[in-house]
Parts: sequence; structure tokens; C-alpha cells
Amino acid sequence: MADRTIASTASRTLLYTVLVGFALLFAMPLYVMLVNSVKPLDEIRSGDMMSLPQVFTWQPWRDAWSLAQIGVQATGLKPYFINSFLMAVPGVVISTALGAFNGYVLTMFRLRGAHVIFAMLMFSVFIPFQIVLIPMARTLGLLHMAGTVPGLVLVHVVYGIGFTTLFFRNYYAAFPVELVRSARMDGAGFWRLFGRLLLPNSGPIIVVSVIWQFTNIWNDFLFGASFSDYSSFPITVALNNLVNSSTGVKEYNVHFAAAFIAGAPTLAVYLLSGKYFVRGLMAGSVKG
Amino acid sequence: MKAPFIAKVVLSPSVLLIGACVYGYIAFTAWLSFTPSTMMTDLSFAGPQAYVRLMGLNNWQLSVKNLGIFASLYIIGCGALGLGLAVLIDQKIRAEALFRSIFLYPMALSFIVTGTAWKWLMDPSIGLERTMHAIGWQSFAFGWVKDSDLAIYCVVIAAVWQTSGFVMVLFLAGLRGVDAEVVNAARLDGARPWRIYQRVIFPQLGASFISAFVILAHMAIKSYDLVIALTNGGPGRASWLPSLFMYQYTFTRNEMAVGAASAVLMLIAIAIVVVPYILRETRQGGGQHG
Amino acid sequence: MTRRIASAQAHSRSSIESLDASSSRRRSHGLVPKLIAAACALSLCGLAAAQQSVEVLHWWTSGGEAAALNVLKGNLEKQGVKWNDMPVAGGGGEAAMTAVRARVTAGNPPTAVQLLGFDIQDWAKQGVLADLNAVAAKEGWDKTVPTALQAFSKYDGKWIAAPVNVHSTNWVWANKEVLTKAGVTTMPTNFDEFIAAAEKVQKAGFIGLAHGGQPWQDATLFDSMVLTTGGIDFYKKSMVQKDKAALGSATMLKVFDRMSQLRKLVDKDFSNRDWNLASAMVISGKAGFQMMGDWAKGEFIAAKKKPGVDFICMRFPGTQGMVSFNSDQFAMFKVGADKSAAQAKMASAVMDPSFQSAFNVVKGSVPARTDVPDTAFDDCGKKGIKDLAEANSKGTLVGSMAHGHAVPAAIKNAFYDVITRQFNGQIDSKQAVKEMVAAVDN
Repeated sequence: MADRTIASTASRTLLYTVLVGFALLFAMPLYVMLVNSVKPLDEIRSGDMMSLPQVFTWQPWRDAWSLAQIGVQATGLKPYFINSFLMAVPGVVISTALGAFNGYVLTMFRLRGAHVIFAMLMFSVFIPFQIVLIPMARTLGLLHMAGTVPGLVLVHVVYGIGFTTLFFRNYYAAFPVELVRSARMDGAGFWRLFGRLLLPNSGPIIVVSVIWQFTNIWNDFLFGASFSDYSSFPITVALNNLVNSSTGVKEYNVHFAAAFIAGAPTLAVYLLSGKYFVRGLMAGSVKG
Repeated sequence: MKAPFIAKVVLSPSVLLIGACVYGYIAFTAWLSFTPSTMMTDLSFAGPQAYVRLMGLNNWQLSVKNLGIFASLYIIGCGALGLGLAVLIDQKIRAEALFRSIFLYPMALSFIVTGTAWKWLMDPSIGLERTMHAIGWQSFAFGWVKDSDLAIYCVVIAAVWQTSGFVMVLFLAGLRGVDAEVVNAARLDGARPWRIYQRVIFPQLGASFISAFVILAHMAIKSYDLVIALTNGGPGRASWLPSLFMYQYTFTRNEMAVGAASAVLMLIAIAIVVVPYILRETRQGGGQHG
Repeated sequence: MTRRIASAQAHSRSSIESLDASSSRRRSHGLVPKLIAAACALSLCGLAAAQQSVEVLHWWTSGGEAAALNVLKGNLEKQGVKWNDMPVAGGGGEAAMTAVRARVTAGNPPTAVQLLGFDIQDWAKQGVLADLNAVAAKEGWDKTVPTALQAFSKYDGKWIAAPVNVHSTNWVWANKEVLTKAGVTTMPTNFDEFIAAAEKVQKAGFIGLAHGGQPWQDATLFDSMVLTTGGIDFYKKSMVQKDKAALGSATMLKVFDRMSQLRKLVDKDFSNRDWNLASAMVISGKAGFQMMGDWAKGEFIAAKKKPGVDFICMRFPGTQGMVSFNSDQFAMFKVGADKSAAQAKMASAVMDPSFQSAFNVVKGSVPARTDVPDTAFDDCGKKGIKDLAEANSKGTLVGSMAHGHAVPAAIKNAFYDVITRQFNGQIDSKQAVKEMVAAVDN
């Protein structure tokens, strides 16, 4: 790897100062949320939002998890966590799998109209979701999937295929041609080429796809509110109900604790696999 | 190798789903924009009256203007910040993982999660302005979010915060894929570091620039949660964006045809910006292993 | 490469064989009985054993309101009806309305949906609401529900919604101590006296009018301005009948000028403030007055303030005798035959006098039936009940424009656009009047 770095001490100090400065700015909202989620309510009302808690309490977290008012019952976020997982995991798996297959077919074979198909798949990521609400509602109704978790999974898969195909297609396009050629000469057919050669070497891009899809599906609100019913609505809807209630005392500490709980899985995914994310992107995926 | 039948079978679910649920719906929306639909869909033909009404609406003109401001500042801001941070992080620093995580985490959280925190930070009476006054910096004023003309810039700030980390990762990957030989040659020739970046490295990041641009453009058009959480379109209507407009007119104001018309215009604008990139992308890559 | 593939092939062959073995073992343990059990669980047999349930979509997701709704839930459960809660919070029902639209389009609407004003009529026009005449006739709703309300609860002669409450928007809430400190000894009886009193409050160092600059709150102020400036007939002509002459008249110009006078009484951070934070300003003694609907009372009560002692509730000066109302109603959507019995029970439970009393005491509003005794209500509630009965009999009960009970959503929002822009100084009063006239062309 080439040495592109700046060496001198003065520059290094400046470098770190700038980085730390930006890091502080970026972390500020997170800090505000964390610090205020462990303060009792009167301290939040009277005090400064940036100051450390004078009285430390875990009660807001307990409330957010199991006692807060979400609608009529005071159940906290706990029950909706499961709904989100039931929706997100299949959604991620299926859209990633489809993306992988699509990327494979589009790069490893001569297909008439492959360019058009890929272009159309790519353009599909730009569709604003508000457009699809009504027609998708009609479609789900016709399929008798309205208000169910499989219905939500279907919706998320459909609107995730564009991205996952983009990731895998670019990744496989940069795959060493010689390996493919020699595998074919050894007699590898359709499934074997995919399963034995490409898939085992797709680790980084699978991570990218999983991270991207998981984040988008877990954080989605619009589809979750419109296509679910009382038994299947995800945690974002519950969080919205907690945070955006139109009346009553705003228990900011509980709101912030709830926001963390709702965001914990995606945060965990990012923090644990950030390194692979970079590697995955490096390996030719979005570089083009 | 020519595609065997099985390849086409494998590809077909995606093609069918996208064909129906994206392009089918786009066609449906386009049709809706020529109907008199108000609260629910009414499929009779009514000519271009929705478009005529749309063009005359103050709210639409404001939304488009805001999108221009927002999208350009957002794309340039994220691009510059992302590139800058990537260059800094690439300098073989210690605790790279920590810095990277700090810049990347905003992308993980949805705006329902962070919206309240940002609203607080930006509210003059309880947020940053008050803290600065408490510290002693009395003349610090940050009441932008309450100002009709400046509210949109608050949305830009929050949006840049959310996505810069991702752009940074894109550029970081690009930087690490730069051709080592050329850089070494330049260094041996005695070029200063900044020159090397300017003349050698950045030009090789072309693909990363374009990817970043596409992702940022896509997020700029789709920004909805962000605006709602931060300003709710306010003060008044001052921070409306087309995505908000479409939602409001279709669902809240029961003017579905106008909402559909705005959606069609949005899609055309997206197409103009993005199709050249898509065409370029599809020319290279695909089928070379065929 | 070849070696790898070959060994891999060997591996997969053996694993497939072992898979076959285990699945045949599983098959012998009775898959068919399991399927039958599953089918029964999905209630394909024994429908009679299924419990009655209602799915309720609403946005009462916090504190007092949720507690009030819990009373209804409890009452229904005592009758053997399960309550399936589908809350979608946000801004007076915006997100909820989108969810309802998606559900109706998909063909599986919730059993009951909280709806306001014209939304109920709009849905009825689509033909998706259920007929409640049977319950209504049995319980005599036609006689006990105020006539102005029935305009929204009935469509084409059929009852389609059960009203839960009657809120009113032309109230003023004042902090007694602040007024005393500012030297305001008598309550203002007309607009000019109100301005004078608020200015006194400002001079004494407090905020004159606690306000949140969101379009619907600006419009709530507007409701009272129209009533106090033009009277009930002007309100009906301009806000309900959309008469262009009235909308473009000198009276309307005066209304907007008065909005500008109110603008001078608010603090500099009023933009986008939530209404309950504005109430908090009055409660904590930072501000003197708030013009808000009677749901604000809930905030005062929750802060343990007593009407008449800590705070004063009064009609906006000049509007006593008139009531601009909005009513939350549970609209019943057409559902399958298996659900309609539960639906009827819910409608009946909503209109039950003891529920109406219990719910409205907490919510700050007034029962939707005129025959509910006011013993459980506090002084402001009693006044509200009395005002409503009086307005109902005199014909001065009008739907609030700001809350969707005077004009349909499209026009209401067009009005909002004008009002909020004028209030924020983006257009002047003359331009605003012009735009109000243009707004009804939607």
C-alpha cells in the first residue's frame, strides 16, 4: 500500500485536533440522548441539557422497555422488538439472496437485455416510498397478506432488491476472470459455479448488503405503520407512538431511553461490523 | 457463456417483482395524476388539471426551491465532509476503528430516534444557544430552526450529520483501492502530499464520487422522516420538500391527483439526474465474464 | 480446483443421504395430525368458539388520554369483547389517517377508527362505513346528541360513528397569579380589553400570549378571531358556507389585522412549539394567557392546578354564548359479519353515559350526550357543559374550522396556508384576504 500519509509532527497534531473536533460534533446528539436518558424528569426540565446527571436513575430505561404507554396498554417497547425481528431477518436474508443471484446472473452470463434489466433494477431504488403506499396496499389486500408480517417482509424485499443487486453485481463484475474461466473449464455448471466459487468468496459484500438492508428495514416507519395491524406493527411505530404523542407531559428521559432501545440492534450491527463494511466496499462493490 | 434457462428462472422473480411493484406502480401513479382523484383513487380521465393546479401552488414552488437548496448543500456538504474525513482517517491514525464508528453511527439510527435530540439541540430556549449562553458566550445565536428563511439549513445540518459517515466509508474504500505504483512514482518525483492528492489520488476516485453522488441524490429526494422530525415542515410551510408535499397532498389534504402529479415530476427530475449514471454503469462490468 | 470440487461433491452427496434418512424418520411421527392441529388453531373449525374482538386505530397514546381510553377497553372486556389496540401517534392523527387509507385500500380496515369531522363524511362517501342505526335507535341517540354534531356522525340518514366527546376551541386559559402581579383585576370582555390586559402582562415582564407556531394552532386563534370580530353569522357564512363575499369582506380584513395584534403578544421562540409546552408556560407562570381548546385543561389538572384558584378558564372575550366545537368520534368501518356484533357493543359502550362522564372528566372535554349529569366535572367542565347546552339550543354551536369541522381537509389546509403565512408575516392582511377567497376554489 502506498504511503500517502503526512508525516510531520505539526501536521499530525493538527490532523488529530481536526478529527477529534469533528468526532465531538458528531457525537453530540448521541451524548445528549445518553446523558438525558438517565436523569429524572425534573432535572431535565430545570437543568441544562448538556450537563451530566446530578441524580442518576435507570428508571427511564425500565419504563421504556416494559412500562411506557404505547397506545392503550402500558407495555413499553418489549413486545414490538420481536415483531421487528420477525420482519427484518427474513427481509434481509431474502433480499440479500436475491441480490446475490441477480448479481451472479447479470455478470457471469451473456443475457440479452441484461443491461436494461440492470438499469431498471438500479433505477428502482429511487422510487419515493409514498408513491407505493396505495397501490401496494391494494396488492397486499389482493394477496390476503395485508396486516401480516409476511406482507411486510414482501414489501421490504421488493424495495431492497435494487440495492442488493447493485452491490453484488459490482462485486462479481470485479471478480477475477481467470478463476471463473478455469472453474468453467473444470465443468462447473450454474449452481456449482455460484455455490463453490463465488459465494464462499462473497463474505465482504454479503456483510455490506446485510448491514444496508438491516438498517433500512429496521428503521422503516412508513411501511410499518401502513401495512401492519395490531398484531404485527414494528418497533418504529411503537417508538413513534411513545415520542410523538400529542398530549401529556413529554417524558424526554423515557423517550431517549426508548430511542436507544429501538436503535440498539442497528447500532450493534454497525459497531461490530464496521470494519467489514469498509472491506466490502473496497472489494470492488460500489467502486464501479 | 450464454445464459442457460435456469439463469433466466433465477432472475425472473426479481424482474417480475420490480416490474410490477416499481414500474407498475409508477405507471399507476402517472395515470392517477391525470384523474380527478381526491381522497381515494378514481380512475376516470380528467386531463392535465392536476398539473395545472400543481404549478400554481405556492407550496409546490416553495418545495422545489427548498429541494434545490437542500439537495445541493447536502450533496456538496456530505461529499466534502466525507472526502475530508476519509483523507484524514486514511493517514494511518491510531484508533481508526473508533473514529470510523463515531462518524458512521448516525446512519444506523432512524430519525424518529434522533429527531428529538436534534430538535432540542436546535431549540434556542433549551438547546445549544442556551448552553452557550450559560457558558458565557452571550452573543451566540442559533435560533435558525425558528426562522422561516433559515429553517431549511437546519435540515441540511442534520442531514449532513446523518450521511457523511457513509460517504466517508465510500471514499475510504476508494482511497485504499488507489493504484500504489502511481502514487509512489509521484512521491519519488518529490511531489508535496497535497499535490499528490490533487493530481493523482482524487482523479482515481471517480467511481467513488459517482456512487456517493447517486446515494446522496437518492437520500435527498427521499428525505421525509428527517424533515418531519426536525421541523414538521415549519415554521409554517417554510421547510417543505417535495417528498413532504406529495405526502401532504395525497394523504392529509385528500388531493391524490395533485400528489400523484408531484410524484411524477419528482421521478422525472430523478431520472434526469440519475439515468446518465445508470447508463454509464451498465455499459461496463456486466457480461464480461460471459 | 477440480480436486476441491470433487471432494465437495462427495461431501454433499453424503449430507444429502443423511438428510433423506432423518426426514423419513420425521415423517413416521405423524405430520398429518400436526397439520390438523394447526388448521384448528387457525380456527377453521369451531368458529362459534372464537372470541369477539375489536381492532381500534387511534392516536391517544399518552398519559391522560390513554388512561381515559382504558376505561372503554375495560368496559368492553367486561362484556367479553377483546380490545386489539392499533395506536399510530402524531400530530392530531396525520400518520393515523395514512395508515387508515392503506388499510381500507388493502381491504382489511380496523373495526373502529378515531376520526374527526369531515374525514368521517369523506369515508362515508366512499361507502366503507357501517350502519349503526340499530344501536342508535335502541338507545335514542337522535335525541341526546347535539344536532350540530349529528351532521358529522350521520351520513345519508344513517349513523356511522359514535361520538366520544365535544371539545371546544374558543377558550382562553390564564394564570391567576400572573394576572394579579400584572395588575389585571377584571377579566376582559371584548377583544380590545384582551389586548390591553395582555399588554399589561407583557409590561410586567411576562409573556403575554403563550403560543406554538404550528399551522393548526395559528388556525385555532383564527377561529376565535372570526367569532369575536364578526359574530356567529359571519362565522357561519365565511367558515362553513365558504361565501366568497364574506371571505373577501372588510370584516375578514379586520380579523387578519387582529391576528397581527396577537402576533405582537407572543415570545420570539414561538415557532413550531408544541401546544402542551405553551400550556406549560402558563402553568409555570412564565406567560399570562393561552388561547387553546379545552384539551389544555388536562395539562393544568395533571400539574395539580385548580380551576378558579390557580388558573382561570373563560371563553375568548366576545365569544361567550358561542361554541366552536370539534368532536372525536369512533367511526365504524364495514367489517365481516363475525365482527359486527362486537362493533355494535363498542358503539354502545362509547355512548354509555357513565363512560362519557368518566372519559370526559379526564380529557377536559364535554360529553357528546346532553343528558349526562355534570356532578363529576370540575368548574371548567361544568361551564363547558352549560355553554354547550346553551349553544345547542340557540343555534350558536358551530364546527371549528381549525379542527376540521367546518370545511373539508383540502380547503382547511388551504386556509391554514394563508393563516400561518399571514401570522408569520410572510404576507400582509390584504393579500391574506385575497388568498382566503382563492382558497375555497379547491
